[in-house]
Amino acid sequence: MKILVAVKRVIDYNVQIRVKEDGSGVVTDNVKMSTNPPDDNAIEEAVKIKEAGKAKEIVAITIGEEKAQETVRKALAVGADRGIHVKVDNVIEPLAVSKILKKIVEKENPDLVFMGKQAIDDDCNQTGQMLAALLNWPQATFASKIEVKDNALEVTREIDEGLETIEVNVPAIVTCDLRLNEPRYASLPNIMKAKKKPIEQINASDLGVDINPRIEQIKVEEPPKRKAGIKVASVEELVQKLKNEAKVI
Amino acid sequence: MSVLLIAEHNNKEVRPFTYNAITAASQINEDLHVLVLGHQADDVAKSLSEVPNVKKVIHVDNEIYENYIAENYTSAIIKHAENYSHIVSSANTFGKNLMPRIAALLDTSQVSDIIKVISEDTFLRPIYAGNAFATVKSNDKKKCVTIRPTSFDPADKSGGSAEITKSDPAEASSSTKFLKKEEVKSDRPELGTARIVISGGRGMQNGENFKLISDIADKLNAAIGASRAAVDAGYITNDHQVGQTGKVVVPDLYIAVGISGAIQHLAGMKESKVIVAINKDGEAPIFSVADYGLEADLFEALPQFLSELNKLNTIQK
Repeated sequence: MKILVAVKRVIDYNVQIRVKEDGSGVVTDNVKMSTNPPDDNAIEEAVKIKEAGKAKEIVAITIGEEKAQETVRKALAVGADRGIHVKVDNVIEPLAVSKILKKIVEKENPDLVFMGKQAIDDDCNQTGQMLAALLNWPQATFASKIEVKDNALEVTREIDEGLETIEVNVPAIVTCDLRLNEPRYASLPNIMKAKKKPIEQINASDLGVDINPRIEQIKVEEPPKRKAGIKVASVEELVQKLKNEAKVI
Repeated sequence: MSVLLIAEHNNKEVRPFTYNAITAASQINEDLHVLVLGHQADDVAKSLSEVPNVKKVIHVDNEIYENYIAENYTSAIIKHAENYSHIVSSANTFGKNLMPRIAALLDTSQVSDIIKVISEDTFLRPIYAGNAFATVKSNDKKKCVTIRPTSFDPADKSGGSAEITKSDPAEASSSTKFLKKEEVKSDRPELGTARIVISGGRGMQNGENFKLISDIADKLNAAIGASRAAVDAGYITNDHQVGQTGKVVVPDLYIAVGISGAIQHLAGMKESKVIVAINKDGEAPIFSVADYGLEADLFEALPQFLSELNKLNTIQK
């Protein structure tokens, strides 16, 4: 089997987000960037499947500006075999991302496409499902357990009510939840080796897909601030405040 | 043009967030139709026809809709889509799984997780785990929108009498099979809609210690939540997780116990009306959003909290 894993470069999850004063977006200059956390789980799962002898090749792909390559390099350092970087200059919407991924899937013919269930920047949670629709492939979203069978996957999905298990025929799209696995760290020798692995660069404009925005971002603002709270000295005081001041119990 | 809302239900009852989604959907356009895809879900169709905001119910009954297979749902929804300007659903795991599949086939860029309807094409939605709010305008002809249920009040459930029309099923997918659902049954209120939520974090140290939390939850008729750290550590099951990648809750009272307050957790609870934080680390970020902070060892504070509650004559339920 061949697995394509899509990774996205986002502002690191530990960074305190600052909104630009002119309302045009959030500050990204001189801000630490990392791989979108559940995309790390997607890479890890692909590597585990390969280590179990059930996959032959892992291709990591990212779509973004020049520096987005760092996320592919990281994927190569933890076990992906080669990389693809589709260059775009601006931020593009999940629909455009899935159209680009469809072109790459048609070229690469993977059996599985893995990615994180949601990117922690735009919080859209769309790309995997959209790609599955465009390819007319089955989808298994929010995966917390994957079992590889003959020409099928048994996937346990995290849903609001608990867990759901479905079986999808290969080829299929899987979007990964944070609890799917524990992503490994790249060792120094592997980071060095990854530098020699190939990353193919493709210009999005050469793929012949419409990636123009359909959604206008009118403004970005800070959410309303909570007014400062108080510290209470004892449990007794806390219960009295909740009863008599906040009137919630 | 009209709005089509995709109902979430278990074939017997309407799932509660559908009512919140109805409120938002009818703010987009009053001509709101609801699509019920299910198996022997006549009661669901009937309940929805009684919602005053609903103008029409379309009911498709077939065994292929007994469980939520996004592939099967999508082909049925696409069949009806041409009559509507907007397709909407709630932004929980049901709608998140389903809506992008519909949007892609309609060549529409979806607007996810809206918290406010500004106009037919313009919406407010949180980004970066709620650390910024974006006002976005959709320029697609047909719009696909998911709604953050806790940002809208549930619609009235009775008094209406919308027409119910039956419709034929669409093609079923042969590539996806439902195997099983492990639903966590509980006598407590649902986490997403509970008036009071008490959550535990890594500070609980193990699963057994969640008994301290459940005792208080019983007393307050509260739902039990957890931070991602507590779920990852296996103290409690995933359906309890509150946060950016878990559930978003907006209770009247949220009590965070032994939770440091990572950005990803705050995203799921900081809109709660009153927030209490109990943590022994006075510098923990959770205190920055708490209305009432108690710097204390939770293993001492929780039993005291329960005994203080027991002293009260009355407790609001």
